[in-house]
Amino acid sequence: MDELLAVFIPEAQEQLAAMETGLLQLENGDPDPETLNAVFRAAHTIKGASGVVEITAIEKFTHVLENLLDKVRNGEISVGGELITWLLKGCDHIAALLTAVEQGNLDSGHPLLQDGEALANRLREFAGSAPPPGSETRTVAQQPAAQVERSVETAMTDCWHISVRFGLSVLRYGMDPLAFLRYLASLGQIVHVSTLTDALPDAEEMDPESCYLGFEINFRSEATKEAIEHVFEFVRDDCELTILAPNSSISQYIELIERLPEETMRLGEILVGSGALTQAELEAGLARQRDAARAAEGAATPPPIGEILIQQKAVRPEIVAAAAARQRQVTEKKAAEAHLIRVQADKLDHLIDLVGELVIAGASANLLAQRSKQSALVEATSILSRLVENIRDSALQLRMVQIGETFSRFHRVVRDMSKELGKNIELSIHGGETELDKSVVEKIGDPLMHLVRNAMDHGIETAAVRTALGKPTTGCVGLNACHDSGSIVIEVTDDGGGLNRDRIRAKAIERGLIAPEQVLDDRELINLIFEPGFSTADKVTNLSGRGVGMDVVRKNIQSLRGTVEVSSETGLGSRFSIRLPLTLAIIDGFLVGVDASSYVIPLEMVVECLELPDVAADRHYLNLRGEVLPFVRLRELFETPGDRPARENVVVVRSGARRAGIVVDLLQGEFQTVIKPLGSLFRNLRGIAGSTILGSGEVALILDVQALINLAARAEDRLLTATAPRS
Amino acid sequence: MPTEPASPPEVARLVPEENLTIYSAVDMKRRLLAAVHGPRTVELDLSRVAEMDTAGFQILVLAKRESQRLGRELHIVAHSPAVREVLESYNMLGYFGDPLVIPAEESC
Repeated sequence: MDELLAVFIPEAQEQLAAMETGLLQLENGDPDPETLNAVFRAAHTIKGASGVVEITAIEKFTHVLENLLDKVRNGEISVGGELITWLLKGCDHIAALLTAVEQGNLDSGHPLLQDGEALANRLREFAGSAPPPGSETRTVAQQPAAQVERSVETAMTDCWHISVRFGLSVLRYGMDPLAFLRYLASLGQIVHVSTLTDALPDAEEMDPESCYLGFEINFRSEATKEAIEHVFEFVRDDCELTILAPNSSISQYIELIERLPEETMRLGEILVGSGALTQAELEAGLARQRDAARAAEGAATPPPIGEILIQQKAVRPEIVAAAAARQRQVTEKKAAEAHLIRVQADKLDHLIDLVGELVIAGASANLLAQRSKQSALVEATSILSRLVENIRDSALQLRMVQIGETFSRFHRVVRDMSKELGKNIELSIHGGETELDKSVVEKIGDPLMHLVRNAMDHGIETAAVRTALGKPTTGCVGLNACHDSGSIVIEVTDDGGGLNRDRIRAKAIERGLIAPEQVLDDRELINLIFEPGFSTADKVTNLSGRGVGMDVVRKNIQSLRGTVEVSSETGLGSRFSIRLPLTLAIIDGFLVGVDASSYVIPLEMVVECLELPDVAADRHYLNLRGEVLPFVRLRELFETPGDRPARENVVVVRSGARRAGIVVDLLQGEFQTVIKPLGSLFRNLRGIAGSTILGSGEVALILDVQALINLAARAEDRLLTATAPRS
Repeated sequence: MPTEPASPPEVARLVPEENLTIYSAVDMKRRLLAAVHGPRTVELDLSRVAEMDTAGFQILVLAKRESQRLGRELHIVAHSPAVREVLESYNMLGYFGDPLVIPAEESC
């Protein structure tokens, strides 16, 4: 049971997510009937699955939801904002129930159950206020009635014919054919039912708990064959089901008659009686069948059924095409599902760890091989290290997920919040396919949530203000992601009023963050909002503005080795940029040496290398093709003993739009690096991001390029401001 | 009946109180079969049956068929709404061939 639950809960959550997405699409006026179908299917799947694991609370509630959705699907209820709101509340309720189940405290006295009852009643009201079924309000037609030229071979009926024989054990499994009939009736109109009791054995042998019934049903509906089959899904393995489409050929009916256990003539009568066939059609069909049988006796091997069907024009080509397409869809979907394997995260982590060790060991072997100067060995190890590289990339790829899933959660947030705030806001998403490490994705959700909420609450103005300013009344919050030089950049943008510099300045002075006379450039000023205890909102809402936000956002992002910055233009909006490393485990590094020590610079950040030209010893910038490039000397920064060599090299690095040079003694080339975190003792070291072990067993420090660039830029600024008054 | 003019037609009336569902199906099969093997005519009053499912329906069909085989008669003289609904759904009111009395308050 526990195992079942363990499968059920994540699946149900996935279905819920699908439902939510679909509902939001519907609200935005998605006209595709498949969207509604997908929502309905999700609800149906949850209901079925919760029934299997015997969580009746969810099953019952979802049933109400499903009924309502069914009415929507039949066009009896039109889709409106209020309906979607309640349906979404229904989703939330199921999610809450799932959580309760997960925690194992969903007993009969759980308060959620009462809430659910109230919610279910509300949903039933929606369903009940609809016009009665059969009225002319079908807005969502599922299958446009095909205009078919009827040939002689086609039965003159516009009804589906469903032939079903239930298995003996159906009743014992708690399923009742009546329920299927009722469900079927919800998809269309049951024109005629013939109940076949022929299989009922003699009185003595009859087991009261077995099912002996069969049905021939004439069914008028616009539902697809798949939808009708779906009705019998739970007994699919335990019944014989044949569904003939409207206007099926007579030979199909004849074939059906021959296949079924009951006597041919009796079945024929039933079909005629139920209006599926006319007497003439039946007789003609049977006669043709007999002729065919006689002809077939001559042939050595009977042709496959499909061929016969096509030869006899038993199936209309468009039906074949549609069926084939549908089948392909189903198989493709199944195949896609089969390609997914759920793996426990710690197994994956272990694999990554091992690959990390492999990389180090490989580097060591490579080094030894090169020292040995045996060309065969060097070649072998270089192939090996290429393979190791591939393994590393694939292993890391395993952990990569698209950020789109995290982004799309915000549709709901934006929708709910814009209603709450009374603002018109839409969310635009770009770069959802950008991939990054799963552990990063998990941790980025909260900070993003905060930024989005802030943007909506403080950034975007009310519709009235926007109209007065001549902006479109609908505000826009954007979530963008892209890769940039070894990191991923996630942006939260809004087209609101932008940050108010004066207020930030006043607040910062009030909080004692800056001195009143302190001169700050624009970037520094607006980034003050990330300082602890900072809130510029005039009024505190329950959504944001309590002044505990931005510093927490920054702290969270920094713990991921990332940075966050804000830029803003008054009247046009703000842009929060989060820059995160792609992965936390392994990087391609560039190995440099200063004296006897080695350092690693993340390769993605290296732009170029050049020899340090002659510059004044106290200057920390050089002229790079006409641009000023500030640099730091690692030798000075880390106070390495020894003299400068005659020639020094500059590694030009870039982070975002800023560049700087790092001056080192030696360039040692590319090097794969497994990041080993530094102990907590060294956590506050500036300029060092981590450590790694070289093939030779020595330790190399990984440079925190961003910090170094900041350092270089600041040192240069200081120098300039110090020299400015003198000039 | 012309063959046995001497004895007055025996009529037994059966008024099941419980539900005609799979839970009582074994018991009901026994009782109904016993009934149709007894007197010439069995009148089945199903007006108190609050619930009926397919298992219950099969028992009724079995009893009807058995009574026909034995040359006796089985009539359902009163249908509860639940019974009526099942028989209607299965389009089997005609099979039993009994007049259906629809209570006045339901028909309007």
